[in-house]
Amino acid sequence: MPNFLDADFRVKVGLAEMLKGGVIMDVTNAEQAVIAEKAGACAVMALERVPSDIRKEGGVARMAPISKIREIQEQVSIPVMAKARIGHFMEARILEALKVDYIDESEVLTPADEEHHIDKRGFTVPFVCGARNLGEALRRIAEGAAMIRTKGEAGSGNIVEAVRHMRTIVREMKQITVLGREELVHTAKNLQAPLELVEFVHENGKLPVPNFSAGGIATPADAALAMQLGAEAVFVGSGIFKSSDPERFAKAIVKAATFYKDPAKLLEASEELGLGMPGLDISKLEEHELLQTRGW
Amino acid sequence: MKTAGVLALQGDFEAHRKAVERAGGRAVEIRGRAGLERVDGLILPGGESTTMLRLLNLEQLFEPLREFGLRKPIFGTCAGAILLARAVSNPVQASLGLMDIDVERNAYGRQVDSRVTRLEDGQEAVFIRAPIIRRAGDGVRVLARYQGDPVWVEEGLHMAATFHPELSPVSDAHRLFLERL
Repeated sequence: MPNFLDADFRVKVGLAEMLKGGVIMDVTNAEQAVIAEKAGACAVMALERVPSDIRKEGGVARMAPISKIREIQEQVSIPVMAKARIGHFMEARILEALKVDYIDESEVLTPADEEHHIDKRGFTVPFVCGARNLGEALRRIAEGAAMIRTKGEAGSGNIVEAVRHMRTIVREMKQITVLGREELVHTAKNLQAPLELVEFVHENGKLPVPNFSAGGIATPADAALAMQLGAEAVFVGSGIFKSSDPERFAKAIVKAATFYKDPAKLLEASEELGLGMPGLDISKLEEHELLQTRGW
Repeated sequence: MKTAGVLALQGDFEAHRKAVERAGGRAVEIRGRAGLERVDGLILPGGESTTMLRLLNLEQLFEPLREFGLRKPIFGTCAGAILLARAVSNPVQASLGLMDIDVERNAYGRQVDSRVTRLEDGQEAVFIRAPIIRRAGDGVRVLARYQGDPVWVEEGLHMAATFHPELSPVSDAHRLFLERL
């Protein structure tokens, strides 16, 4: 269990605090990273292929090539994150040595371990992890994640799963706040999460780390919806560089993340956009095609 | 009671709002020109200065902010300090020029070089991918130092900190800012 008052943990959460209200964009090379930074991204996520291509091409998806990450680090001044495979603590050690600013232990890549996630407490670099429900979020926090994001369904261009996951996490937190203290042990058992973290949610009504959204955000309206449902910032994967006009989509989604409560501004952001990325009907996907069921 | 505005385009504006409240003040989030008229001072939060600059330009807030700063106090932390500076390096970028300081971005390194530490005067300071004030003009008074560099400064109406007092349980900087409103 991380000590939330511990200096190392506060520094990790501190960077997540700085990203709030912003958009973290998936990029596969320095050119895309520069477009993202100029459009107002608060960070970029370096990866080998965007999720919709991983979905299409299949094969094993790994940590991005080091030369690509370096090239991105050299070209932009905003934080550079990178993905490691679930449980692949040596990819994570390499990314830490490379001094990436955040590691995403991500279901978008092919899992390296089907039982264990990375023990994130022993790292200096902070981690973000995906979650579909409160139990999963609290397990990741117990392992040391300093930021949680919804898993959604990456590369689908379909917001429905991110909405489901954000609503689930928020609803489960609300329910815990009205329970009696004596009910928390049973709740912890049901959630398969540590009691101390369930107690934190009971007392505070929120996670002890920032809660962002990812997995299917493709338009300014999607970003605003995620923020309205409780996301404190958004990750956009394929939604930008698989759209008809990446630069314009990037700028529009940045604007939407700031003005998510203001329909007039959202209209401005949505105006004159071309076509968004092609989307997938999740209900038509086979169980083995889902990325969100990776990890537990 | 006077009201502190917190620029809420991107960054840790919520942490600033809470820090103002902990210091006994009242805070409101500001996202446009209209909001500026209703506050007695403004906080520029931490976050990504490039993102804030892009949104300031988009919303045509750059000049109104500069004009606000000629009349009323502004307090910037980290990215906010970068926005207040006369000149910015690593890389060179636009700034409001309301304080006679030159600032280098990400001057300690990347996130693995971020830290919670004690300043030379003993107060806690949270540095996150922090900038360093490389030059402070004659009119700038240094309120705190870390490793010899000025990290909390004031000049005229304004204050800047390269660390994040809003992330510490007790913030002398917020208390002082409220007294100046």
